[in-house]
Amino acid sequence: MSEKPILSVRNLKTYFDVTKGLFAKKQIVKAVDDVSFDVMPNETFGLVGESGCGKTTLGRTIVKLYEPHSGSIEFEGHDIAKLKGKELNRFRKDMQMIFQDPYASLNPRMTVGEIIKEPMIIHNIYNTDEEREERVVELLKIVGLKPDHIRRYPAEFSGGQRQRIGIARALAVDPKFIVCDEPISALDVSIQAQVINLLEQIQKEMGLSYLFIAHDLSMVKHISDKIGVMYLGHMVEMGDSNDVYHRPLHPYTTALLSAIPIPDPDIAKGKGRIVLEGEIPSPINPPSGCPFSTRCPKATERCHLEMPKPIQVGNRIVACMLYEK
Amino acid sequence: MYSIIGLLSDNGKVTEGKVIFDGQDISPSQFKSKKEYEAALEKLRGNSMAMIFQDPMTFLNPILKIGTQLIEPILNHTNCTKAEAREKALELMEKVGIPSAEKRIDQYPFEFSGGMRQRIVIAIALANNPKLIIADEPTTALDVTIQAQVLELIDELKKSSNSAIIMISHDLGVVAKLCDRIAIMYGGKIVEIGTDKDIFYDPKHPYTKGLLNCIANPEDDDDKELEPIAGSPPDLLNPPKGCPFVDRCSEAMRICKDVEPEVSTFSDTHQCACWLLHSKAVKE
Repeated sequence: MSEKPILSVRNLKTYFDVTKGLFAKKQIVKAVDDVSFDVMPNETFGLVGESGCGKTTLGRTIVKLYEPHSGSIEFEGHDIAKLKGKELNRFRKDMQMIFQDPYASLNPRMTVGEIIKEPMIIHNIYNTDEEREERVVELLKIVGLKPDHIRRYPAEFSGGQRQRIGIARALAVDPKFIVCDEPISALDVSIQAQVINLLEQIQKEMGLSYLFIAHDLSMVKHISDKIGVMYLGHMVEMGDSNDVYHRPLHPYTTALLSAIPIPDPDIAKGKGRIVLEGEIPSPINPPSGCPFSTRCPKATERCHLEMPKPIQVGNRIVACMLYEK
Repeated sequence: MYSIIGLLSDNGKVTEGKVIFDGQDISPSQFKSKKEYEAALEKLRGNSMAMIFQDPMTFLNPILKIGTQLIEPILNHTNCTKAEAREKALELMEKVGIPSAEKRIDQYPFEFSGGMRQRIVIAIALANNPKLIIADEPTTALDVTIQAQVLELIDELKKSSNSAIIMISHDLGVVAKLCDRIAIMYGGKIVEIGTDKDIFYDPKHPYTKGLLNCIANPEDDDDKELEPIAGSPPDLLNPPKGCPFVDRCSEAMRICKDVEPEVSTFSDTHQCACWLLHSKAVKE
């Protein structure tokens, strides 16, 4: 590969200590367990999985809102996993985040102008307030809001408009990489498409890379170049988005895809589904061996004992015994 | 939907119109007092008319055993003894696919996962073989693979019982999977109604078309840009005088702003309220 990845995550682990009580047995949730992947410049990497699979934790660990337990996060060749304080702040400017809930992620007591200006002040980007204000107006136009919205408060906006404010705030420091954590799941269907189109257009104009986290597979497939599928903290399959969608290798990916309700009555009513038995196991007591072995229709005895290693199959990476020789 | 089953909060009122259920007029205006209305609906709800709510986490009472909550509607509406009702409850739990029902019936809601709780909610709704089930976004709070399980369950129940289902959903995929007829609502009005095929393959109203265009269909090839509907839903405190969709409609005409659209009929099943489709509309 000639191009260098903008973000390169290797063997990342994020654990949480959930021990209750002073003398209780130590309990650890392995929210992200040994995940590796690359994101190229100008690329969208989609991360899908069901709730509790660790996708949000992974996104937050990458922008260092959580401390990783071990592993490396290389951003443009520098490992930021261990950085703290000032050194880390340098990279924070290049990596921004758009949050899931546009109602909770904007301070209700700040005006839109103040919200978008704040990151510029923190990172010392412009010298005068006039320059900052000018930039805010520019950003508001980019995200499809009006310049006179600058003095208003978040409460005066709808969910879709608030998400646009969140996007403007992320863009304020000219980042190279944005983690979008379920940016559309709190929005109405007719508004979701507006935000998706806006994100795609901004990417085209500014050459950004996205890590796009969502549980809505159809939207993820639409926006992403590559897709990673997570289950119980593990990346079970990863590859080109069309490829993964049309020829899933991992049994979990197959089941997840077959569970999408297709908006077409002939297909939806005729579709033979693979309905998974059972539920997602608790991450505190994950099953031994492959995390999916308890629900997998193709599991063999070996799956319950050994943890499958990620292996390359064609241009795909998949962690499943079926493909090990 | 809360208007139909009389669950409107105090500041909501049915001002006009009728609700006829199984030949009986149950609109609030039919009754002398609020008390009488409540009493009449009490007899129907949980009996021949049942509801499945959106959020299985808040619907169940956290301090009552699952069994108690399942038995309640059976005891309320039939003459059977507690032991018989418990038998019936166990049967219901098996019907909705809850393993080891004998043990689970004495557990509390917090010991159940989201998908299992929704199964309990469905079991409660089915308790007295209702003629009508109103399901309000029954799978919205669930994960995709669990959603698939619950949809499959509702589909089976639909086929095995004789209940009619009103399914309320914003997810067109869910609707396509389960529904025979579909009504599209916007700004408090039904703007289009038809069979699943009418709506998905021959949409008439600009809003219906817009909805279908702005979702990503994973079966389609990528790259096709989504076509969002501009603007946002109207403010229902000051609804537009004419068509509720007028401010977001790309084909709006002058009449749309001032006069409510008349209903045009295309077939026995397919109707749509839009001026563009009116027989006297000028076609370009």
